[in-house]
Amino acid sequence: MRAAVVVFPGSNCDRDLAVAFEREGFAVDMVWHKETALPEGVDIVGIPGGFSYGDYLRCGAIAAQSPICQAVVAHTRRGGYAVGVCNGFQVLTETGILPGALLRNAGLKYICKTIGLRVETADSAFTGGYEVGQEIAIPIAHHDGNYFADEATIAALRAEDRIAFTYTDNPNGSVADIAGILSENRRVLGMMPHPERAADHGHGGTDGAAFFRALAGVMALA
Amino acid sequence: MKARVHVMLKNGVLDPQGEAVRHALGAMGFDGVEGVRQGKVIDLTLAEGTTEAQVVEMCDKLLANTVIESYEIELG
Repeated sequence: MRAAVVVFPGSNCDRDLAVAFEREGFAVDMVWHKETALPEGVDIVGIPGGFSYGDYLRCGAIAAQSPICQAVVAHTRRGGYAVGVCNGFQVLTETGILPGALLRNAGLKYICKTIGLRVETADSAFTGGYEVGQEIAIPIAHHDGNYFADEATIAALRAEDRIAFTYTDNPNGSVADIAGILSENRRVLGMMPHPERAADHGHGGTDGAAFFRALAGVMALA
Repeated sequence: MKARVHVMLKNGVLDPQGEAVRHALGAMGFDGVEGVRQGKVIDLTLAEGTTEAQVVEMCDKLLANTVIESYEIELG
């Protein structure tokens, strides 16, 4: 099982994400943003949290145009798996791989705290380790996590069971309390909360561990 | 040649920064400010011969996120 974690100038959760993959048995390659191809045999790409390119222009906008992101887009078009956490979610929406956009938090404040998430679907490689309706505690740390999409997009996400997680107490103004969504083929997930920051007893919570364990279970069979 | 690109959040997209500015203006005693929308202006210095179509492509691909933003181009 191989995972690749993309590293942009300004990424700061890249090693956390790599450690979370490694503890479930993935071999992890760190891939610099100037690379034009992913390593051979990568099962899943992780796009980490942070402030890629200083959040200039819009969060994730410049990262989405980087050489490695063209390779990530090609990987997902081939049906490859990818997960974007926090800034990684912003990057995935900016590439168009996932619909919608992340706006400034409604309260205009950067929020860093552990919040409650409701698991909305267990039908994905990412969420298969949870029960639908299960509430989990996962940290958030963002200034621009206010998910926005037009009504037709939200209706499609609902109809296709592509809302992965919602906030139990919406911290940032996201439409429909959305914290994380899936792509049409359910193989790409973007979420603002950080499961990799709740994957070890030393983190103060382990509700994120099942996320990576479920992925490892699916990848081991592949 | 120069181009100026105005980028604004689309109508219907919440602008929390504009709302905060509106509240501040009200608190300062400026009555009657019914709405504030905040955008950005991007000035481009371009080689002669750059076409408007190329600037449109720049806007669509990078300068604006057309999911949430609209833009206007002024060529000067």
